[in-house]
Amino acid sequence: MARLTLSALVVGRGATAVAGPFEIAVSAGEALVVTGPNGAGKSTLLRTLAGLLPPISGTVRLEGLAASDGEPAARLADVAHYVGHRHGMKSQITVGENLRFWARYLGGAAKEIARRAGDAADRSLGDRASSLSQDGRLSQLTVLPPAEALAAVGLPGLDAIPFGYLSAGQQRRASLARLLVAHRPVWILDEPTSALDVASQARFADLVARHLGSGGIVVAATHHPLGLESAKTLHITPPRAGRDDGPGAPAIDDAALAEAEGWL
Amino acid sequence: MSALFLRDLRLALAGGGGATTAVIFFLAVIATIPFGVGPDLNLLSRIGPAILWIGALLSTLLTLDRLFQADREDGTLDLLIAGPLPMPLVVLAKCLALWAASCLPLVLASPVLGLFLALQPAALFAVMATLFVGTPAIVFIGAVGAAVAVALPRGGLLVSVLVLPLAIPVLIFGVSATYAAVNEPGPFWPPFMILCALTLFFGALGPLAAGAALKGGGE
Repeated sequence: MARLTLSALVVGRGATAVAGPFEIAVSAGEALVVTGPNGAGKSTLLRTLAGLLPPISGTVRLEGLAASDGEPAARLADVAHYVGHRHGMKSQITVGENLRFWARYLGGAAKEIARRAGDAADRSLGDRASSLSQDGRLSQLTVLPPAEALAAVGLPGLDAIPFGYLSAGQQRRASLARLLVAHRPVWILDEPTSALDVASQARFADLVARHLGSGGIVVAATHHPLGLESAKTLHITPPRAGRDDGPGAPAIDDAALAEAEGWL
Repeated sequence: MSALFLRDLRLALAGGGGATTAVIFFLAVIATIPFGVGPDLNLLSRIGPAILWIGALLSTLLTLDRLFQADREDGTLDLLIAGPLPMPLVVLAKCLALWAASCLPLVLASPVLGLFLALQPAALFAVMATLFVGTPAIVFIGAVGAAVAVALPRGGLLVSVLVLPLAIPVLIFGVSATYAAVNEPGPFWPPFMILCALTLFFGALGPLAAGAALKGGGE
């Protein structure tokens, strides 16, 4: 059973703790929605999970997940897709070329898999239900070719258009198509539905539900409901004025602040 | 790794990567030197190899600051760091693509531009050979500078200042090998082999250092 456990995880930038400690576990088929006001540390938590920032303290543990080469995954980044605020797509080349690059880069043998999947009679999204077998190993039918991934996010026939020509919402959807061209059991999504219209949000919620149904894990920071009523919620409380900023930071409580303001 | 190499090469050749800038700059520098120095062919042929090398060094530096910055701005760098390929190999692939897109044209153009500077045939080929083995070293050194300065809004100047002192040995041995090929008593092979050694050394060290800098600079 795939399982992702955060134990006493404190995240931050540099040596400054921003949020935590977090103590939560997510199993296969479950979603974790990270909520909180702006600046609470949602993105910092997700970037730490994606391996882009070192944790201040605590650990992220993985069980029962296999990386794309079949070995048990050591880092969460090896089995996770990270979708941040920026798209990670080049505007000079076409959407299809961007997606083909990420498929090759992230999936390794994704091209092979896509070709083999092409031989299979049916490549509909419904077949993704079989993507994770019971021990968490990947089966072969998990990767969509770029054109079909674009169709799944509602951009059929746009793979020959340069990425820079798309509108903001279309760019967002094209970068979400990256989730489908290489299979990763864990999706780490930072505001995935920003700039999306209502219909696209619903379509993306559907994709997330399918991913969860196939035994995936979703960790998302979002202000919009993703159709994840059953999801676990991790609410990050906003930093307060008197928060301890780590070693050496002066503690300023409200009384001292008022006193200083009165003196000025 | 080959996917990353091919994509970077295509981006550079598509015009957005600034690869053509280096070639145009190189052309401009070399083409104006004869007008500045005057019609003294002996003088031109004596300083010609050095001019070609300095031109190649500066035009390579010109392209280096964009090596990681474009990827950082659109979020690609995040995905590369989190991706399956170890960071030193990512840097190596990007360096090789940059070299193939912007330095290889310099190497190929150098014999033609050498004619402007009244170089002898032997010197033309010596310059081409030394540039061919020497420019990768400049790219690998520059990758470290570019990785350190990636988060700075105007890092280009800092890259040049950081990289130039380290690139001086490459320049010295490149030019001395070229002179040795023209002037009979000087030995050609020792400086040429040292140049090769510099390229191999920085080819191993540069990607490791740049990869560590990119990983440590996460924000």
